[in-house]
Amino acid sequence: MSRFDGKTVLVVGGAQGMGLACAERFGAEGAGLALFDIEDAALAAAAAGLRERGRAVETISGDVSQAADVESAVARAVERFGGIDVLVHAAAVVELTPLLDFPESLWRRIVDVNLTGLFLATKTAGRVMAARGGGSIVVFASTNAFFAEESNVPYSATKGGIVMFVRNAAMDLARHGIRINAVDPGIIDTRLSAALVHDPVAGPEYLKRIPAGRYGTADDIAKVVLFLASDDAAYMTGEDVIVDGGLTLGATLGIEDLGLEGAE
Amino acid sequence: MTDSPGRLAGKVAIVTGAGSGIGRAAAIRFAAEGARVLVADIAADRAGAVAAEIGGPAAAMAVDVSDPAQVEAMAARAGSEFGGIDILMTAAGVLSFGSVTETDPQAWNRVIGINLTGTFLASRAVIPAMARRGGGAIVTVSSSTGAHDASPGNVAYVASKGGVAMLTKAMAVDHAPQGIRVNAIAPGPTATPMLGSVMTEDEMRRFGEAMPIGRLAEPAELAAAAAFLASDDASYVTGAVFAVDGGQTAKVGMTLADLGTIARQA
Repeated sequence: MSRFDGKTVLVVGGAQGMGLACAERFGAEGAGLALFDIEDAALAAAAAGLRERGRAVETISGDVSQAADVESAVARAVERFGGIDVLVHAAAVVELTPLLDFPESLWRRIVDVNLTGLFLATKTAGRVMAARGGGSIVVFASTNAFFAEESNVPYSATKGGIVMFVRNAAMDLARHGIRINAVDPGIIDTRLSAALVHDPVAGPEYLKRIPAGRYGTADDIAKVVLFLASDDAAYMTGEDVIVDGGLTLGATLGIEDLGLEGAE
Repeated sequence: MTDSPGRLAGKVAIVTGAGSGIGRAAAIRFAAEGARVLVADIAADRAGAVAAEIGGPAAAMAVDVSDPAQVEAMAARAGSEFGGIDILMTAAGVLSFGSVTETDPQAWNRVIGINLTGTFLASRAVIPAMARRGGGAIVTVSSSTGAHDASPGNVAYVASKGGVAMLTKAMAVDHAPQGIRVNAIAPGPTATPMLGSVMTEDEMRRFGEAMPIGRLAEPAELAAAAAFLASDDASYVTGAVFAVDGGQTAKVGMTLADLGTIARQA
């Protein structure tokens, strides 16, 4: 298991959750890790844990929606490791509030982090990759990119935007040897969805909608991210991969559940 | 070739259409990652050659996937030869050309029979055995043409591959409770004998240059995606239709940049 020996991976939003799970796996497969996050305490804790396991880690504290912070993150990664081979973009903000009550300032923050942050990170790290002949970018979209839910307009709109960002960026980056793909997690047991997953009533009830019969783990997603980042995905670009245990296949209600005459 | 040897160690895989192209590459890749492989192909000589190329624990069998009896015999052979079945990859497929009015019913039935019914029959034959073992993984082969979009003048192929995509999702829903994951790869244009049978080398080169990534896929690149989907690395992935197409379906038919080029030439 050394698909990433000698490679450098910049993880934006790498301090916890799925971003950290990616860092753990990239580290275990030999990569040098540059972790960029806005949450200092979580970032320090993540780095300490990774270093205990012998990983080479550089931490950069900053806000992905600010160009200067992104530039310094990329510069620090290059300074420490000599380049960037893989960019994983996991940073995102979500807030569940009905549209008519949604504060404009929060809408702007979500768009700034989720979409503008991706633009800045892709452009800045992409230039480094292009200068070295190529690289791979994996972006976190979401099943929310395709499937609506209540009170989640800004997040879902940015995730839908991310899917088209990835497809269009793939066109522009291909000539530079850079592949870009997205992963679409379903309901994953992380801090972001803990309120649902661990609710004594809603948790087991929602689980009935997931054919696989369990919520996803951060590691379920990390394994797919590593595949997309690796040479095994050499001909994949502009693609997004749904990883949701079958949640969005559209079979929450079977004909037999309707109790119709004629159904077995 | 493989970066993670042993990912499929101890597994038994059946690959249909394994005598050439993507199926052949998948059989070789699965074996390289530790699986014992039943190499199935309509042509006994091609199946035998691939099994011999693998060398290790592989068996060859001539199978017409559109024939229910032969497909049942294939599943039984995996059981008797290797003790069960963990992975099925349905790579047997044929290409066809013609609009609806240009396609006679016999040609239609042949393409649907191999590409779509063949996938149904092979899945049907192995799922009970997978369920008894507590799970398994099926990887079907759809196409960038057919998974979402149509291309002109090959209606039977497009319909069959669209059908494979939805069959894949339907099976994923039905058999998730049994621990069986079902996913599709959707290859873009790939340098296979199938494509070579309808295009000259120069046409294939130009076709590849039209892809965002600037070249055709190699069969091994599809096999790498199939091996991932067959492995525990894809433990939470089911019902996915996995485009491996060099950006073909991310691109709209004609981009503004293309229009600029055309305008300059006019």
